[in-house]
Amino acid sequence: MNISRRQMLILLPAAAVAWESVLAGSPEASPNYKISDHWWGMLIDIPKCIGCGNCVRACQTENDVPEGFFRTWVERYHRSDWTMAQTGALSANPLIDPEVISPDGGKEGFPVATDESGRYFFVPKLCNHCADSPCTQVCPVGATFIGPDGVVLVDQSYCLGCAYCVQACPYGCRYIHPEKKVADKCTLCYHRITKGLTTACCEACPTGARQLFDLKNPKDPIHEFLKTHSVQVLKPQMATGAKAFYNGLDGSVR
Amino acid sequence: MGVFKDTGHLFRFAGLFVLAFLVFLVVRHFVVPKSFGEYGHYRGAAIGEIAARPVKFAGHETCEACHSDEAAKKTAGKHAHVNCEACHGALAQHADDPTVKPVLPETAVLCARCHSASAAKPKGFPQVDPASHSQGLPCESCHQPHNPGMDAPKTDAGGAK
Repeated sequence: MNISRRQMLILLPAAAVAWESVLAGSPEASPNYKISDHWWGMLIDIPKCIGCGNCVRACQTENDVPEGFFRTWVERYHRSDWTMAQTGALSANPLIDPEVISPDGGKEGFPVATDESGRYFFVPKLCNHCADSPCTQVCPVGATFIGPDGVVLVDQSYCLGCAYCVQACPYGCRYIHPEKKVADKCTLCYHRITKGLTTACCEACPTGARQLFDLKNPKDPIHEFLKTHSVQVLKPQMATGAKAFYNGLDGSVR
Repeated sequence: MGVFKDTGHLFRFAGLFVLAFLVFLVVRHFVVPKSFGEYGHYRGAAIGEIAARPVKFAGHETCEACHSDEAAKKTAGKHAHVNCEACHGALAQHADDPTVKPVLPETAVLCARCHSASAAKPKGFPQVDPASHSQGLPCESCHQPHNPGMDAPKTDAGGAK
Protein backbone atom coordinates (compact mmCIF):
# COMPACT_ATOMS: atom_id res chain seq x y z
CA MET A 1 0.00 0.00 0.00
CA ASN A 2 1.42 3.29 -1.06
CA ILE A 3 0.49 6.28 1.02
CA SER A 4 1.92 9.59 0.01
CA ARG A 5 2.95 12.15 2.56
CA ARG A 6 -0.09 14.25 1.71
CA GLN A 7 -2.50 11.35 2.19
CA MET A 8 -0.78 10.61 5.48
CA LEU A 9 -1.38 14.16 6.67
CA ILE A 10 -5.06 13.78 5.98
CA LEU A 11 -5.33 10.30 7.49
CA LEU A 12 -3.55 11.03 10.76
CA PRO A 13 -6.02 13.59 12.15
CA ALA A 14 -8.89 11.37 11.07
CA ALA A 15 -7.34 8.48 12.99
CA ALA A 16 -6.84 10.70 16.03
CA VAL A 17 -10.51 11.71 15.99
CA ALA A 18 -11.54 8.06 15.69
CA TRP A 19 -9.28 7.10 18.61
CA GLU A 20 -10.90 9.80 20.76
CA SER A 21 -14.28 8.20 20.34
CA VAL A 22 -12.86 4.76 21.13
CA LEU A 23 -11.49 6.08 24.44
CA ALA A 24 -14.73 7.82 25.41
CA GLY A 25 -17.25 5.98 27.56
CA SER A 26 -16.48 4.43 30.94
CA PRO A 27 -18.66 2.05 32.98
CA GLU A 28 -21.16 3.51 35.44
CA ALA A 29 -20.20 3.69 39.09
CA SER A 30 -23.25 2.24 40.86
CA PRO A 31 -23.90 -1.12 39.21
CA ASN A 32 -27.59 -1.35 40.17
CA TYR A 33 -28.39 2.22 39.28
CA LYS A 34 -29.48 2.89 35.74
CA ILE A 35 -28.97 6.57 35.23
CA SER A 36 -31.48 6.95 32.41
CA ASP A 37 -34.32 5.40 34.42
CA HIS A 38 -34.70 8.32 36.83
CA TRP A 39 -35.78 11.93 36.85
CA TRP A 40 -35.43 13.22 40.39
CA GLY A 41 -37.08 16.08 42.19
CA MET A 42 -38.43 17.00 45.59
CA LEU A 43 -41.87 17.72 46.91
CA ILE A 44 -42.18 20.27 49.72
CA ASP A 45 -45.49 20.07 51.55
CA ILE A 46 -45.66 23.48 53.24
CA PRO A 47 -48.66 22.82 55.53
CA LYS A 48 -46.70 19.93 57.07
CA CYS A 49 -43.52 21.86 57.86
CA ILE A 50 -43.11 22.74 61.55
CA GLY A 51 -39.77 24.54 61.20
CA CYS A 52 -37.82 22.17 63.46
CA GLY A 53 -34.66 22.49 61.37
CA ASN A 54 -34.04 18.74 61.30
CA CYS A 55 -33.47 18.85 57.53
CA VAL A 56 -30.85 21.59 57.81
CA ARG A 57 -28.93 19.73 60.49
CA ALA A 58 -29.20 16.42 58.66
CA CYS A 59 -27.93 18.00 55.45
CA GLN A 60 -24.96 19.56 57.19
CA THR A 61 -24.09 16.24 58.82
CA GLU A 62 -24.53 14.15 55.71
CA ASN A 63 -22.69 16.45 53.34
CA ASP A 64 -20.11 18.15 55.61
CA VAL A 65 -21.59 21.53 54.76
CA PRO A 66 -19.34 24.20 56.31
CA GLU A 67 -20.63 26.27 59.19
CA GLY A 68 -22.62 29.29 58.02
CA PHE A 69 -23.32 27.84 54.56
CA PHE A 70 -26.42 25.94 53.56
CA ARG A 71 -27.42 23.45 50.93
CA THR A 72 -30.91 23.57 52.35
CA TRP A 73 -32.42 26.05 54.76
CA VAL A 74 -35.81 26.93 56.16
CA GLU A 75 -37.43 30.35 56.05
CA ARG A 76 -40.29 31.45 58.25
CA TYR A 77 -42.79 33.76 56.63
CA HIS A 78 -45.18 35.94 58.54
CA ARG A 79 -47.84 37.49 56.41
CA SER A 80 -49.46 40.03 58.69
CA ASP A 81 -53.10 40.92 58.50
CA TRP A 82 -54.01 43.52 55.93
CA THR A 83 -53.14 46.87 57.52
CA MET A 84 -53.06 49.11 54.48
CA ALA A 85 -56.24 50.87 55.50
CA GLN A 86 -54.57 52.13 58.67
CA THR A 87 -51.15 53.07 57.36
CA GLY A 88 -52.01 53.86 53.78
CA ALA A 89 -48.60 52.65 52.72
CA LEU A 90 -48.15 50.27 49.85
CA SER A 91 -45.40 48.50 51.74
CA ALA A 92 -47.99 47.34 54.22
CA ASN A 93 -49.33 44.94 51.62
CA PRO A 94 -48.69 41.60 53.34
CA LEU A 95 -48.65 39.82 49.98
CA ILE A 96 -45.72 41.91 48.84
CA ASP A 97 -43.95 42.46 52.12
CA PRO A 98 -44.10 39.42 54.33
CA GLU A 99 -41.72 39.28 57.26
CA VAL A 100 -39.14 36.58 56.50
CA ILE A 101 -36.66 35.21 58.99
CA SER A 102 -34.18 32.37 58.79
CA PRO A 103 -31.85 32.48 61.82
CA ASP A 104 -28.79 30.36 60.97
CA GLY A 105 -30.82 28.83 58.15
CA GLY A 106 -33.38 27.60 60.66
CA LYS A 107 -30.82 25.07 61.82
CA GLU A 108 -31.74 25.36 65.48
CA GLY A 109 -35.40 26.08 64.89
CA PHE A 110 -37.09 29.43 65.16
CA PRO A 111 -37.86 31.85 67.99
CA VAL A 112 -41.28 31.31 69.53
CA ALA A 113 -43.88 33.39 67.72
CA THR A 114 -46.35 35.06 70.01
CA ASP A 115 -48.12 37.35 67.56
CA GLU A 116 -51.25 35.37 66.72
CA SER A 117 -52.33 37.74 63.96
CA GLY A 118 -51.70 37.08 60.30
CA ARG A 119 -50.46 33.85 58.85
CA TYR A 120 -47.23 32.00 59.51
CA PHE A 121 -45.68 29.30 57.44
CA PHE A 122 -42.29 27.71 56.90
CA VAL A 123 -40.68 27.40 53.49
CA PRO A 124 -37.82 24.91 53.24
CA LYS A 125 -35.53 25.80 50.37
CA LEU A 126 -32.95 23.82 48.47
CA CYS A 127 -31.58 23.52 44.97
CA ASN A 128 -34.54 23.21 42.64
CA HIS A 129 -32.66 20.86 40.31
CA CYS A 130 -33.99 22.80 37.36
CA ALA A 131 -34.44 21.01 34.06
CA ASP A 132 -33.32 24.20 32.29
CA SER A 133 -31.02 25.47 34.96
CA PRO A 134 -29.42 28.89 34.54
CA CYS A 135 -26.44 27.87 36.67
CA THR A 136 -25.24 25.09 34.40
CA GLN A 137 -25.58 27.30 31.33
CA VAL A 138 -23.10 29.89 32.56
CA CYS A 139 -20.31 27.52 33.61
CA PRO A 140 -17.34 28.31 31.35
CA VAL A 141 -15.61 24.96 31.83
CA GLY A 142 -18.41 22.39 32.02
CA ALA A 143 -17.89 21.79 35.74
CA THR A 144 -21.57 21.91 36.60
CA PHE A 145 -24.18 20.04 34.70
CA ILE A 146 -27.62 18.45 34.72
CA GLY A 147 -27.08 14.72 34.94
CA PRO A 148 -29.08 12.33 32.76
CA ASP A 149 -31.27 11.70 35.83
CA GLY A 150 -32.15 15.38 36.29
CA VAL A 151 -29.85 16.14 39.22
CA VAL A 152 -27.76 19.29 38.97
CA LEU A 153 -24.26 18.44 40.14
CA VAL A 154 -20.87 20.12 40.47
CA ASP A 155 -17.68 18.41 39.35
CA GLN A 156 -15.51 19.87 42.09
CA SER A 157 -12.26 18.63 40.59
CA TYR A 158 -13.06 20.59 37.44
CA CYS A 159 -14.56 23.74 38.96
CA LEU A 160 -12.46 26.90 38.82
CA GLY A 161 -14.39 28.70 41.52
CA CYS A 162 -15.30 31.63 39.28
CA ALA A 163 -18.73 31.83 40.97
CA TYR A 164 -20.65 32.66 37.79
CA CYS A 165 -23.09 29.91 38.75
CA VAL A 166 -23.53 31.39 42.23
CA GLN A 167 -24.71 34.59 40.60
CA ALA A 168 -26.79 32.80 37.99
CA CYS A 169 -28.88 30.74 40.40
CA PRO A 170 -32.13 32.68 40.90
CA TYR A 171 -32.83 30.76 44.10
CA GLY A 172 -29.54 31.48 45.88
CA CYS A 173 -28.79 27.81 46.29
CA ARG A 174 -25.08 27.85 45.51
CA TYR A 175 -22.06 29.05 47.42
CA ILE A 176 -18.30 28.91 47.11
CA HIS A 177 -16.97 26.39 49.58
CA PRO A 178 -14.71 28.36 51.97
CA GLU A 179 -11.98 25.70 52.07
CA LYS A 180 -12.22 23.99 48.71
CA LYS A 181 -12.79 27.35 46.92
CA VAL A 182 -15.11 25.68 44.44
CA ALA A 183 -18.86 25.86 43.88
CA ASP A 184 -20.91 23.72 46.22
CA LYS A 185 -24.61 22.98 46.34
CA CYS A 186 -27.29 20.42 47.09
CA THR A 187 -26.58 17.19 45.21
CA LEU A 188 -30.01 15.84 46.14
CA CYS A 189 -27.87 13.42 48.18
CA TYR A 190 -26.76 11.84 44.94
CA HIS A 191 -24.57 9.38 46.86
CA ARG A 192 -27.72 8.20 48.66
CA ILE A 193 -30.37 8.16 45.95
CA THR A 194 -28.11 6.11 43.67
CA LYS A 195 -27.97 3.50 46.44
CA GLY A 196 -31.74 3.36 46.84
CA LEU A 197 -31.86 5.57 49.94
CA THR A 198 -33.79 8.80 50.25
CA THR A 199 -32.03 12.12 50.87
CA ALA A 200 -30.76 12.97 54.35
CA CYS A 201 -33.26 15.82 54.70
CA CYS A 202 -36.20 13.59 53.77
CA GLU A 203 -34.91 10.88 56.09
CA ALA A 204 -34.71 13.33 58.97
CA CYS A 205 -37.97 15.20 58.34
CA PRO A 206 -40.35 14.15 61.14
CA THR A 207 -43.56 15.22 59.42
CA GLY A 208 -43.00 14.11 55.84
CA ALA A 209 -42.94 17.71 54.64
CA ARG A 210 -40.14 16.83 52.25
CA GLN A 211 -40.42 13.94 49.86
CA LEU A 212 -37.96 12.84 47.23
CA PHE A 213 -39.65 11.76 44.03
CA ASP A 214 -38.67 10.14 40.79
CA LEU A 215 -40.90 11.27 37.95
CA LYS A 216 -39.73 8.40 35.74
CA ASN A 217 -40.89 5.81 38.28
CA PRO A 218 -44.53 5.04 37.45
CA LYS A 219 -45.07 3.66 40.98
CA ASP A 220 -43.91 6.83 42.71
CA PRO A 221 -46.68 8.35 44.90
CA ILE A 222 -45.86 11.76 43.37
CA HIS A 223 -48.06 10.99 40.38
CA GLU A 224 -51.13 10.50 42.57
CA PHE A 225 -50.19 13.59 44.58
CA LEU A 226 -49.92 15.74 41.45
CA LYS A 227 -53.35 14.57 40.32
CA THR A 228 -55.00 15.64 43.55
CA HIS A 229 -53.00 18.73 44.52
CA SER A 230 -52.01 21.89 42.75
CA VAL A 231 -48.30 22.33 43.29
CA GLN A 232 -46.20 25.32 42.35
CA VAL A 233 -42.55 26.04 41.76
CA LEU A 234 -40.58 29.06 42.90
CA LYS A 235 -40.12 31.87 40.37
CA PRO A 236 -42.06 30.17 37.56
CA GLN A 237 -41.61 33.32 35.46
CA MET A 238 -37.94 32.44 35.09
CA ALA A 239 -38.80 29.23 33.22
CA THR A 240 -36.10 27.25 34.95
CA GLY A 241 -38.05 24.01 34.88
CA ALA A 242 -37.63 23.76 38.66
CA LYS A 243 -38.23 20.31 40.14
CA ALA A 244 -38.72 21.38 43.74
CA PHE A 245 -42.51 21.26 43.82
CA TYR A 246 -44.23 23.23 46.58
CA ASN A 247 -47.64 22.25 47.83
CA GLY A 248 -49.63 25.01 49.53
CA LEU A 249 -47.20 27.73 48.52
CA ASP A 250 -48.31 31.21 49.52
CA GLY A 251 -48.26 33.98 46.92
CA SER A 252 -45.92 36.06 49.05
CA VAL A 253 -43.06 33.56 48.78
CA ARG A 254 -40.23 34.73 46.57
CA MET B 1 -2.17 23.89 -12.87
CA GLY B 2 -1.25 26.60 -15.27
CA VAL B 3 -3.59 29.12 -13.72
CA PHE B 4 -1.59 29.69 -10.52
CA LYS B 5 2.12 30.10 -10.48
CA ASP B 6 4.34 29.60 -7.47
CA THR B 7 1.76 27.57 -5.54
CA GLY B 8 4.44 25.85 -3.48
CA HIS B 9 4.22 28.29 -0.59
CA LEU B 10 0.48 27.65 -0.29
CA PHE B 11 1.13 23.95 0.23
CA ARG B 12 3.82 24.72 2.78
CA PHE B 13 1.33 26.89 4.64
CA ALA B 14 -1.33 24.18 4.44
CA GLY B 15 1.17 21.67 5.78
CA LEU B 16 1.94 23.95 8.68
CA PHE B 17 -1.77 24.29 9.35
CA VAL B 18 -2.29 20.53 9.37
CA LEU B 19 0.69 20.10 11.66
CA ALA B 20 -0.70 22.66 14.11
CA PHE B 21 -4.01 20.85 14.02
CA LEU B 22 -2.29 17.57 14.79
CA VAL B 23 -0.45 19.13 17.73
CA PHE B 24 -3.78 20.48 18.93
CA LEU B 25 -5.34 17.02 18.76
CA VAL B 26 -2.44 15.42 20.62
CA VAL B 27 -2.49 18.07 23.36
CA ARG B 28 -6.27 17.86 23.58
CA HIS B 29 -6.05 14.10 23.93
CA PHE B 30 -3.91 14.44 27.05
CA VAL B 31 -5.61 17.51 28.54
CA VAL B 32 -9.30 16.67 28.16
CA PRO B 33 -10.45 14.01 30.64
CA LYS B 34 -11.37 10.68 29.09
CA SER B 35 -15.02 10.80 30.12
CA PHE B 36 -15.60 14.40 29.03
CA GLY B 37 -18.57 14.43 26.70
CA GLU B 38 -19.82 11.02 27.75
CA TYR B 39 -23.25 12.43 28.61
CA GLY B 40 -22.82 16.08 27.73
CA HIS B 41 -20.40 18.97 28.05
CA TYR B 42 -18.94 17.72 31.33
CA ARG B 43 -16.81 14.95 32.78
CA GLY B 44 -19.02 11.86 32.87
CA ALA B 45 -16.88 10.23 35.54
CA ALA B 46 -17.81 13.03 37.95
CA ILE B 47 -21.26 11.44 38.33
CA GLY B 48 -19.71 8.24 39.66
CA GLU B 49 -17.35 10.14 41.92
CA ILE B 50 -20.19 12.10 43.50
CA ALA B 51 -22.24 8.92 43.88
CA ALA B 52 -19.32 7.25 45.68
CA ARG B 53 -19.31 9.66 48.64
CA PRO B 54 -19.91 7.97 52.02
CA VAL B 55 -23.39 7.76 53.52
CA LYS B 56 -23.93 9.01 57.09
CA PHE B 57 -27.64 8.43 57.62
CA ALA B 58 -28.23 4.69 57.38
CA GLY B 59 -31.93 4.98 56.54
CA HIS B 60 -34.82 3.60 58.59
CA GLU B 61 -34.95 0.30 56.68
CA THR B 62 -31.43 -0.44 57.89
CA CYS B 63 -32.35 0.40 61.50
CA GLU B 64 -35.48 -1.73 61.38
CA ALA B 65 -33.52 -4.74 60.14
CA CYS B 66 -32.10 -5.15 63.67
CA HIS B 67 -34.37 -3.03 65.87
CA SER B 68 -37.69 -4.47 64.73
CA ASP B 69 -39.01 -4.37 68.33
CA GLU B 70 -38.55 -0.61 68.57
CA ALA B 71 -39.91 -0.17 65.07
CA ALA B 72 -43.05 -2.09 66.06
CA LYS B 73 -43.57 0.18 69.08
CA LYS B 74 -43.19 3.19 66.84
CA THR B 75 -45.63 1.90 64.22
CA ALA B 76 -48.32 1.58 66.87
CA GLY B 77 -48.13 5.22 67.87
CA LYS B 78 -48.25 8.73 66.53
CA HIS B 79 -44.54 8.73 65.72
CA ALA B 80 -45.03 6.00 63.12
CA HIS B 81 -43.91 8.27 60.30
CA VAL B 82 -40.95 9.77 62.14
CA ASN B 83 -37.83 8.03 60.92
CA CYS B 84 -35.37 6.64 63.48
CA GLU B 85 -32.57 9.01 62.58
CA ALA B 86 -34.80 12.07 62.78
CA CYS B 87 -34.29 11.80 66.55
CA HIS B 88 -31.30 9.51 66.97
CA GLY B 89 -29.10 11.31 64.45
CA ALA B 90 -26.93 9.92 61.67
CA LEU B 91 -26.00 6.34 62.54
CA ALA B 92 -24.57 4.70 59.45
CA GLN B 93 -21.36 4.14 61.41
CA HIS B 94 -23.31 2.21 64.02
CA ALA B 95 -25.10 0.24 61.30
CA ASP B 96 -21.79 -0.74 59.73
CA ASP B 97 -20.20 -1.60 63.05
CA PRO B 98 -22.64 -2.21 65.96
CA THR B 99 -19.81 -1.81 68.48
CA VAL B 100 -19.97 1.93 67.76
CA LYS B 101 -22.48 2.89 70.44
CA PRO B 102 -24.84 5.71 69.58
CA VAL B 103 -25.49 8.44 72.14
CA LEU B 104 -29.03 8.34 73.48
CA PRO B 105 -30.65 11.65 72.58
CA GLU B 106 -31.71 13.97 75.36
CA THR B 107 -35.49 14.15 75.33
CA ALA B 108 -35.68 17.63 76.88
CA VAL B 109 -33.96 19.11 73.82
CA LEU B 110 -35.35 16.65 71.32
CA CYS B 111 -39.06 16.84 72.16
CA ALA B 112 -39.00 20.62 72.45
CA ARG B 113 -37.53 20.99 68.98
CA CYS B 114 -40.77 19.87 67.41
CA HIS B 115 -43.35 20.21 70.16
CA SER B 116 -42.63 23.54 71.86
CA ALA B 117 -45.57 25.82 71.24
CA SER B 118 -45.29 28.62 68.71
CA ALA B 119 -47.94 30.60 66.88
CA ALA B 120 -45.94 29.94 63.72
CA LYS B 121 -46.50 26.18 63.75
CA PRO B 122 -49.43 24.59 61.95
CA LYS B 123 -52.45 24.70 64.27
CA GLY B 124 -53.14 20.97 64.14
CA PHE B 125 -49.63 20.04 65.24
CA PRO B 126 -49.43 18.95 68.91
CA GLN B 127 -47.45 21.60 70.78
CA VAL B 128 -46.98 22.56 74.41
CA ASP B 129 -45.13 25.15 76.43
CA PRO B 130 -42.40 22.91 77.89
CA ALA B 131 -42.03 24.97 81.07
CA SER B 132 -45.67 24.92 82.14
CA HIS B 133 -46.60 21.57 80.59
CA SER B 134 -44.47 19.28 82.73
CA GLN B 135 -43.42 21.48 85.68
CA GLY B 136 -39.81 20.57 85.01
CA LEU B 137 -40.36 16.82 84.80
CA PRO B 138 -38.55 15.14 81.90
CA CYS B 139 -40.82 14.29 78.97
CA GLU B 140 -40.18 10.56 79.23
CA SER B 141 -41.64 10.37 82.74
CA CYS B 142 -45.06 10.42 81.04
CA HIS B 143 -44.41 9.91 77.31
CA GLN B 144 -42.55 7.02 75.79
CA PRO B 145 -40.78 8.62 72.80
CA HIS B 146 -41.40 5.72 70.42
CA ASN B 147 -45.11 5.76 71.15
CA PRO B 148 -45.80 9.06 72.89
CA GLY B 149 -49.56 8.66 73.50
CA MET B 150 -50.51 8.67 77.22
CA ASP B 151 -52.40 5.38 76.79
CA ALA B 152 -49.33 3.65 75.38
CA PRO B 153 -47.82 0.91 77.56
CA LYS B 154 -45.19 2.68 79.61
CA THR B 155 -42.17 0.47 79.87
CA ASP B 156 -38.71 1.93 79.62
CA ALA B 157 -37.95 5.01 77.57
CA GLY B 158 -37.01 2.80 74.65
CA GLY B 159 -33.76 2.75 72.78
CA ALA B 160 -30.36 1.31 73.59
CA LYS B 161 -29.48 0.49 77.19
